[in-house]
Amino acid sequence: MAGGSQRVYKARIRSTQSLKKMFRAQELIAASRIGKARAKTAAAAPYAQAITRAVSAVATHTNIDHPLTQEEGGNRAAVLVVSSDRGMAGSYPASIVREAERLTQQLEAEGKEVLLYVAGRRAVSYYTFRGRDMVRTWVYGSERPTPETAEEIAQALLEKFLLTEDEDGVSELHVVSTQFVNMVTQRPHVVRMLPLEVVEGVSEAEENEALPLYDFEPSPEAVLDSLLPRYVEQRIYAVLLDAAASELAARQRAMHTATDNAEDLIRTYTRLANQARQADITQEISEIVSGADALAS
Amino acid sequence: MAELSVDLVSRDRKVWSGAATQVSAPSADGQVGILANHTPLLAVLRPGTITVDTASGPALEAQVTGGFMSVDNNLVTLVVDEISLV
Repeated sequence: MAGGSQRVYKARIRSTQSLKKMFRAQELIAASRIGKARAKTAAAAPYAQAITRAVSAVATHTNIDHPLTQEEGGNRAAVLVVSSDRGMAGSYPASIVREAERLTQQLEAEGKEVLLYVAGRRAVSYYTFRGRDMVRTWVYGSERPTPETAEEIAQALLEKFLLTEDEDGVSELHVVSTQFVNMVTQRPHVVRMLPLEVVEGVSEAEENEALPLYDFEPSPEAVLDSLLPRYVEQRIYAVLLDAAASELAARQRAMHTATDNAEDLIRTYTRLANQARQADITQEISEIVSGADALAS
Repeated sequence: MAELSVDLVSRDRKVWSGAATQVSAPSADGQVGILANHTPLLAVLRPGTITVDTASGPALEAQVTGGFMSVDNNLVTLVVDEISLV
């Protein structure tokens, strides 16, 4: 019987050690990918800047109403939930879903019907498990979003938005995603993407005098028609990139904590194993001594 | 002579930026050439070829699938969907 509990502790130490290795590896992978994700965000910035400037230039020079900027005032709303494909990222997937649920409830309280568009396997499985209807889902490799994915998502949503409500369209689009503040803080947040509110005065930030009068080719309407969908697409791409960086930061942090916890566990089990060994030895000695005493007397 | 400062960006990166003497791009109404002090312009691009005569070095030529161009104060911004340099 001696050594029984020692064996149990040894086995636990071994399994915790192999878990620790896994956590450590995940942490390092996340740490190396986060740099890439942020570089991608930086690389996409010139495009974002160029397109925002152009949109605000058109907006300040024309009074054209575009279907994408019109308030329809209907009662059907699309919600795009951007989550991750994998867990192992602490509270990241859960907090996104919580934020989405909060928004859904709020919209429903306003008497709106909510249509769910879900990106990322974790959120998809959350809603599937609860038997909720999703209009469309994307599992797109949430750590490394591509412009193509953004295009696909944007097109599906724009199509839906441009339909009238009688034709099964929607009149607003909200996006629930995570904002990358810094390596320790990532905040779930909600933006209403459509109808667009064009941010005016973005291009005036530089000390350009009054913006010049533009020539439009072929026509202001056509320029707006081609600009605005691109603008939406770019915004969605930016959201995906931000979410990717947040996911990786959350994962790095969660895996770091997990590694620390595994170390603590190993330490505790080692102590217990040592104690068990001492107890076994003490018991053996006292058995021998008492045996010898019995023979001597 | 005044020069144009050109930014050529695609969705995921900055492709090229620098000084140029002339830019030619496929706008919706046909190929347009931009020289210095061009009037401000916002144009939709259709698939075609962009040519940038750089101020120094060889001309830059690229196939694009669409996008738009803005010209303002000798600052030319070409925003393209997909691009392949020739």
